[in-house]
Amino acid sequence: MAAPVSIAFPNGAPRLELRGICKRYPSVLANDLINLRVAPGEIHAVLGENGAGKSTLMKIIYGLVKADSGELLWGGEAVSVTSPAQARRLGIGMVFQHFSLFETLTVVENIALGMTGKPDLATLSAQIVSVSERYGLPVDPDRLVHTMSVGERQRVEIIRALLLNPRLLIMDEPTSVLTPQAVEKLFETLRQLSDDGCSILYISHKLHEIKALCHAATVMRAGRVIGVCDPRQESPRSMAKMMVGADLPVCRPSSIAAATERCLVVDKLTRAADSAFGTALDQVELVVHAGEIVGIAGVSGNGQRELLTALSGETPISENNRIELLGTPVGAADPSMRRRLGLCFVPEERLGRGAVPTLSLAENALLTAHDGDMVQGGLLNFGAITAFTRRCIEEFQVKCGGPNAEARSLSGGNLQKFIIGREVLQKPKVLIVSQPTWGVDVGAAAFIRQTLIDLRNSGTAILVISEELDELFEICDRIAVMAKGRLSKPIPMAETDLTEIGLMMTGLSKRQEGRATQFGSGDRP
Amino acid sequence: MKVKLERRAEPSQIMQYLSPLIAVGLTALTGLCMFIAMGKDPASAFYVFTVQPIENLYGVGELLIKASPLILIALGLAVGFRANVWNIGAEGQLTVGVIFSGAVALLCGSQGGFWVLPAMLIAGAFGGMVWAAIPAFLRTRFNANEILTSLMLTYVAQLWLSYLIYGPWRDPAGFNFPQSEPLASSAMFPILIEGTRLNASVLITLAAAVLTWFVLKRSFVGYQLQVAGLSEAAARYAGFSHRRAVWIGMLAGGVAAGIAGVGEIAGPLGQLFPTASPGYGFAAIIVAFLGRLQPIGIVLGGLLISLLYLSGEAAQMTLNLPSAITGLFQGVLLFFLLGADVLINYRVRMISETPVLKRVVA
Repeated sequence: MAAPVSIAFPNGAPRLELRGICKRYPSVLANDLINLRVAPGEIHAVLGENGAGKSTLMKIIYGLVKADSGELLWGGEAVSVTSPAQARRLGIGMVFQHFSLFETLTVVENIALGMTGKPDLATLSAQIVSVSERYGLPVDPDRLVHTMSVGERQRVEIIRALLLNPRLLIMDEPTSVLTPQAVEKLFETLRQLSDDGCSILYISHKLHEIKALCHAATVMRAGRVIGVCDPRQESPRSMAKMMVGADLPVCRPSSIAAATERCLVVDKLTRAADSAFGTALDQVELVVHAGEIVGIAGVSGNGQRELLTALSGETPISENNRIELLGTPVGAADPSMRRRLGLCFVPEERLGRGAVPTLSLAENALLTAHDGDMVQGGLLNFGAITAFTRRCIEEFQVKCGGPNAEARSLSGGNLQKFIIGREVLQKPKVLIVSQPTWGVDVGAAAFIRQTLIDLRNSGTAILVISEELDELFEICDRIAVMAKGRLSKPIPMAETDLTEIGLMMTGLSKRQEGRATQFGSGDRP
Repeated sequence: MKVKLERRAEPSQIMQYLSPLIAVGLTALTGLCMFIAMGKDPASAFYVFTVQPIENLYGVGELLIKASPLILIALGLAVGFRANVWNIGAEGQLTVGVIFSGAVALLCGSQGGFWVLPAMLIAGAFGGMVWAAIPAFLRTRFNANEILTSLMLTYVAQLWLSYLIYGPWRDPAGFNFPQSEPLASSAMFPILIEGTRLNASVLITLAAAVLTWFVLKRSFVGYQLQVAGLSEAAARYAGFSHRRAVWIGMLAGGVAAGIAGVGEIAGPLGQLFPTASPGYGFAAIIVAFLGRLQPIGIVLGGLLISLLYLSGEAAQMTLNLPSAITGLFQGVLLFFLLGADVLINYRVRMISETPVLKRVVA
């Protein structure tokens, strides 16, 4: 373990200062003359949409990417950070959005792997316990990582960074995988770190979190710093305006009542996990009616994948009547048969599942929309395919080079708009959407949510699976929680709030059982 | 100093079509170096390999008659290869095509009429299909790797044919040579150009090229096979059956190889021998990849490999080189083609120092 860094800072010098950082990639100027100052003990937010250049900037600070020009001052002294190892020696730690832990190893083994030399596991365990107690991050050093929840894994990553005694901790979108309660716990830890004098660079696009946690915020847009503000003095709305450069589009919620037709019925669905580290489904019950949006909240990896592939038909189940689509049992049916009955499906992986990366948009339109007039007598009708693709591009505002553009040439948000457009244009009776706005910029996300609401109003039954609770609260009529392979009874949106859903995500709430007796079958109050 | 292959962000489209040409160029260069090392005159060796085999009409006929089975089989294989169905056993499927169609021809003897040849074609196609159906069944039912099963079945088919030729089908008037009776004229493809061995079987190959192009580019089945090959998850998501792709891919190769077998015995051979082909079934794999799994490319690739067969023969006669020269050039060509393909998708990076990081997370 590295010795604690003890750099005597000249009076008043910021812990980290960036001056005129520039980084150009072949097609884009990712960082354009970036200036940034972080004081000792300050929690400093870096705010911006996808592609604003936040990640590039953090990678420059952590030594993963070399800046083209500009200065990095550490405690007032110019340094050049050439590798993450050097960054760690300086006292810069980073917790990535995607964890890098080996699932088959224990916590202490994972942490030892990231260290230079051969640390003594017993001593390291003791250090882990002492750090975890000091900052309220309970972790058992001898636990195997695959048995841990995502929140616990994040704790391991944070402890790994803290063991090096950082003076600056970079956290990249740390809350995207956490329940609201876990977010609160994380904030307590971060505040305590800040009180101990450790500076924190906090990257996020969740404005209320930044308002609650951070002392200062640097707002980035299109590679430039747009401004610096004190989030405690701003409203989420005003910060969003800085971030997007225009007023945030707001979804129009609808007051049209849902119909009573049961379009999608899942009856006590039980199935084994997809993989060794998957989650088995345990007696999942669900009804989606025509003209309503039902949301499934929950941290990924709690059985969502298994439920989705069972619903889409990608992995059919043996008991045919466990899943009913518009009155027809389809548990054992393949995806094409379900599609013909009126089911459309938007998977969370856009490239490689929802679309073939190297095929054009027109060819990708054919992937699922082939039941119309695109195929005649087994032959492709190129006129119809191009017409459909053009319509999809226009109606769903897909920014691309036209129907012949390769799917992989589109940005995440535009490809998602195209895929959702392709499914919506088929006029589905039931639409299942998984993570509709993952990695999608704010404007496109609002457009996608509005599309779903409009589709609901035209009578489609919609099931949305998402990790973003805010999103579910914005569009859903009822919301259920998936935890450890079990699904709670859907609760009407008006009767619940973030706190309750968050509690249910950790599997602690007793309300589900109470509700079951209260409403009998519990299907719909 | 470490050498590392790093995936390219965007493989060049142009290079994907240029790589066969680069491979051909490098093969020619390697050949020249080899001839110089062996003390042969490079200019005359070059002449022997490229011009001599086709300097007269007979030579052109030979070029086409050898290219025809290569192209036909490669077309069938390409259908499967595009869907990641790896039928390596076309040689065996060709052999069973020879056995089935040979049975028809020998049974009819000299009594048969005009219908013998069509009957042989049907029998040959059926034979190839049956032999390809076995790996397809094993793959879809037991998930057995079709590369291994189809390859192993090749040797079963070859032993089966030798048994027949050394045993029940041996020509009683053949001085005990391992060969069947000569096929009757009604069992032979008509010659197209007098003075050559070029026969009507090339018309089948031509039709097959057009048909394959049409199926791959214009039909929904062709599209489904393409998606299955490009992304298994997308194909599953779209509801395209993987089993169906395996069956179509295997059977297309089997039918094509079976018909190619008929073209051999009802064409240049004129009777059955213990070995059905000079490795057309394996060489066709090279042809399919040389042609980028595209019908037009396969036609060009087939002509090139056919030229290599001919120039290998010419080199034996003119330059006193062993017959292994043909296989050697095929191998060198495939090596350069695969190498070029790797460099399309990856770049070579020299790393001067051992990296300190254990992980680099994007």
